[in-house]
Amino acid sequence: MATAELKAPDIVIRGRKVVGGVTEGEALVTSQTISGWGGVNPLKGEVIESHHELKGVSFANKILVFPGAKGSSGWSGVFHMTKLTGCAPLGMLFTITTTKAALGAVVLRVPTMTDFDRDPVEAIATGDWVRIDADKGEVQIWKGGRA
Amino acid sequence: MVRLTDAEKAMRDGADGPAVAKAMDLLIRYAEALGAEDFVETNNVAGVPGSSPQWVKDYYKEDGGDYRAVFSRFDLDSDEVVDVPRMNAFSCHLQGGMDPEMWREQGMSEEAFANFRSDEAEVASHGIQVLKTCTPYLAGNVPVMGEHCAWMESSAVVFCNSVIGGRTNCEGRESTSAAMLAKRIPNWGFHTDDFRKGQHAIDVEVPVDSIFEWGMLGYFTGAAVEDAIPVLDGAISDAALIKHKHFGAAAASSGGVEMYHMVGITPEASSREIAFGGADKGERFTYGAKERAAVYERLNSIGESRDVDYVMLGCPHYSIDQIADAARMLEGRKVHENAELWIFTSRAVKATAMASGYDRILREAGAKLMTDTCSAISQAVPPGTKVAAFDSAKQTHYLPAMMGIEGWFGTTQDCIDVACTGKWEGRLN
Repeated sequence: MATAELKAPDIVIRGRKVVGGVTEGEALVTSQTISGWGGVNPLKGEVIESHHELKGVSFANKILVFPGAKGSSGWSGVFHMTKLTGCAPLGMLFTITTTKAALGAVVLRVPTMTDFDRDPVEAIATGDWVRIDADKGEVQIWKGGRA
Repeated sequence: MVRLTDAEKAMRDGADGPAVAKAMDLLIRYAEALGAEDFVETNNVAGVPGSSPQWVKDYYKEDGGDYRAVFSRFDLDSDEVVDVPRMNAFSCHLQGGMDPEMWREQGMSEEAFANFRSDEAEVASHGIQVLKTCTPYLAGNVPVMGEHCAWMESSAVVFCNSVIGGRTNCEGRESTSAAMLAKRIPNWGFHTDDFRKGQHAIDVEVPVDSIFEWGMLGYFTGAAVEDAIPVLDGAISDAALIKHKHFGAAAASSGGVEMYHMVGITPEASSREIAFGGADKGERFTYGAKERAAVYERLNSIGESRDVDYVMLGCPHYSIDQIADAARMLEGRKVHENAELWIFTSRAVKATAMASGYDRILREAGAKLMTDTCSAISQAVPPGTKVAAFDSAKQTHYLPAMMGIEGWFGTTQDCIDVACTGKWEGRLN
């Protein structure tokens, strides 16, 4: 990849590593917390909770940007299953640390960060291109994608 | 970086065998993800160790496709399959996927039942207590004040923290399975004193005395404070185990409450000041007549047809006194020909219900007393169910959305009545 020719990111935010690694992809953003068990269909990586703004939308192979986890203690188990079905997110950015979200990220083994200097739910919009370097604690954002 | 004791380093490095090493590795990754500094020891773990549907076993076919493969690869998140020894901590299996006898009525296949039996035999042979319930505290696992636990099941977690004064975060499947082996859990959240203090106040202005009223107040509380810790004060009376059980389950499902304080009632709230750890903090909510009516309306916003064909009781699993009450209400009556009444509990409580004659009364009336699971967990309702009725705010919250059916919420008496008449007559008095 000819990285030298890429334009610089529009926004860079910093945070704490939850799970290390580097990944990049298209963002899927919600301002609402997400339920695992009863809120996500692990066979499709799709949000199924009634009244959720992402209802019917799949986070498979996206960078999932959300405030945090809610609901049943089955959260990690359901997100873990999305890894088995090939519908896991590429990476995750969340603002509220809970045992559910932390354990879910650990078993998904995707680069994940939290505790940011700027709220990623505000800074990032669905469709933006996002690169996570969790080991460096850095998120690069290209608004409107990186075509 | 998480600090490890010499014993924990030895476990990580394999001194207690490969399964314990994998468990410790997962717990270290988890502690780092949380930002925890060290571990607490636990000898009280409740989860769903190794139980899985057939498709998960099939996914690990190359690893053997069995309990050992699932426990290693999924529960311990290990890259390799390891021998799984008997668990080291006092370990309990929470609710499961079907009734061990009435699985056909629940629509389960022979294959699914065979898988269920096989998993259960593995659970037992690994030294895990087969409690098969969301209410371990009614079936042989009652923590004590201050005990560090590692529990799954949101309604059990909130009960442990709030009513008993035990200490547990809302753990997941993988962390509980690992804790069963390593007897450790990250020292974070509800294991620490400061985290357990109240964050918002709820002033209760209308009398909250019956289990129905406690359940509605719980549903209001979760919606108000979301996942924070509320301090409830005011017109709450007649506290009892089953009322806390319904309050906590409702608050955990409408909002994600993992601990609550009731001033003068729960053990870490002998005064308002102690509950908050000082002066009042956060927001102040009021639960009055208007709020009570709104909760009732919200819980009943998914019912249109009053022709009820399914009544589900036992969320969380019914206690023996709730079964006794239901049997008394049903004695001499018959479940309507167009309706089914399923009541869910643990195997331990069902054994007592059988010894006490309640199971016979329920059966003679046409009701079924089932164990292990519930309609939401097993996604099992009687064939053709269109409209259900519940006395549990939690089940009302989950089941209609999951199954695409209508639902009504009311008192246990409302539910027993509709099971016998087929016509919903519940209303707020």
